[in-house]
Amino acid sequence: MKRLTSPSWYALFTAPLLSVFALVVLVPFFMGIGYSFVTWDGLPLNPMEFAGFGNYAALFSDGRFLDSAKHTMLFTALAIALINALALAFALVATSKLKTRNIARTMLFMPYLIGGLILGYIWKFILGDAFKAIGEATGLTSIFFNWLLDPTFALLATVAVTTWQMAGYIMIIYITGIQSIPEEVLEAAQVDGAGFWRTLFQIKFPLIMQSFTICLFLTLSNCFKIFDVNLSLTAGGPYLATEMFAMNIYNEIFSLSNFGYGQAKAVFFFIIVAGFTLAQVAATKKREVEA
Amino acid sequence: MKKGWKIALNSALLAFCLLYLFPIYIIVVNSFKNRAELYESILALPSKWGFEYYQTALEKMDFLNALKNSLVITVASIGLIVLFSSMTAWMLVRSANRLSNAIFMVLVATMLIPFQTIMMPLMQEMSWIKNSLGIPMVNTHGGLIFMYVGFGASMAVFLYHGFVKTVPRSLEESATIDGCTTFGVFWRIVFPILKPVTVTVIILDVIWIWNDYLLPSLTLASKANRTIPLSTAAFFGQFTIQWNLAMAGLTLTIIPVIAFYLAAQKHIIKGVAAGAVK
Repeated sequence: MKRLTSPSWYALFTAPLLSVFALVVLVPFFMGIGYSFVTWDGLPLNPMEFAGFGNYAALFSDGRFLDSAKHTMLFTALAIALINALALAFALVATSKLKTRNIARTMLFMPYLIGGLILGYIWKFILGDAFKAIGEATGLTSIFFNWLLDPTFALLATVAVTTWQMAGYIMIIYITGIQSIPEEVLEAAQVDGAGFWRTLFQIKFPLIMQSFTICLFLTLSNCFKIFDVNLSLTAGGPYLATEMFAMNIYNEIFSLSNFGYGQAKAVFFFIIVAGFTLAQVAATKKREVEA
Repeated sequence: MKKGWKIALNSALLAFCLLYLFPIYIIVVNSFKNRAELYESILALPSKWGFEYYQTALEKMDFLNALKNSLVITVASIGLIVLFSSMTAWMLVRSANRLSNAIFMVLVATMLIPFQTIMMPLMQEMSWIKNSLGIPMVNTHGGLIFMYVGFGASMAVFLYHGFVKTVPRSLEESATIDGCTTFGVFWRIVFPILKPVTVTVIILDVIWIWNDYLLPSLTLASKANRTIPLSTAAFFGQFTIQWNLAMAGLTLTIIPVIAFYLAAQKHIIKGVAAGAVK
């Protein structure tokens, strides 16, 4: 048995992956922390000037950055609520006794497979030109107008498209949770005379707390890091009204060429993402109960 | 429940699902219309089914080349991720010590790092490797595949790690006595047992790599190297106003995804569920 895991085999089995991983993830991560303390425009010939914590201090007086933070928070809160409510409803239908439940599951999951970029372009047409044309044809111009040109509605459009993309995916996780509830428990509840709502709130929900943890975690981290849909649907417009965190960082670095400052934003972004997700997992884990 | 109710509920559900996928219908029908017809009636079926816009979109997007690039990158990256991650995870579990533990913790912890946090330094590092060491990491498929292996490592090792722990050692031990080398044991005995996780890893990584836009947009500059998301974005940069053409292009990009879904639906749903719950 000793032969199976000798040091040389250990190295041979783990070195290929770990060296690639170190070069692609670890080295840039630490380089990034370094870059966040300098002022630099990204041109190799131009010097980097040490800025200390100046870049981080500047974050809190950067109006555009703070606006993008506000958009991201608002977007994330709305999207988490909508995605989870819809996904839970879908999951209850897909685990019901209806004959069409499997077809429904197949159809509702499909949007998740289409990438965010393509999906954003599809909806750009629908919420833009198509809505406008429908409004003109039917006269219902208070609902059907170009959503993407209005700051508030463009943000709502981003919520709607993200919900369309993710609800089916989150549904799958809730389905897994609901299916793991023992049949006897539900039967016992029925015998005791619990109706649909009572079973739902007092039996099913407490028993799928673990699914809630996972789904909240996934929606939180995915929505907070949104980029592709943001780029193809609105590109941050109109007038930067839908520019989210990730896009703000991208623009700071690659459009405005503030490599050091942009990287400070990127590190700050990491701290927030990590903090939020860890806090959220810890909070929901406490409320899980055993069946 | 009465029979009438059942039929009503079933049809209501089906109608809702059809409505849910209505955006796809709109894209497909309008890809056949000319400009005037498109804005006249966005919801109606086209008056004739011609493929001329598809022909144009196919050429303008250089679609077949992009499809080939996407296939090469996805298949090669996933092949390497599966092989190296399963090897690593198995070794980490089978030689449980402090080093293995530390490696595993680092891999899992890095899953919290958003891509935006490392994209710029990563590009700096890769250009440095190219300029100083002469290894073409930038604007090549090889370089992109290398980066996908690095980014895919954490999750794949994590999934394999959880599964290997449930596999008994006895089989491996008897094979060692029969004179198999460590790699022989892994490849002939362990790897086949890991198949359920391999399917999960493949599904999750196909969804990720096939649709990924940001990383390839930073690394692949030349037109000939573009993947499907890149050529779609470039196409939209040029033709935002010509929606009928754009929609033919979008339909083309959705076809491979739907084909994949129909071919492997059960695996996909199972894989996605397994990947998330772990």
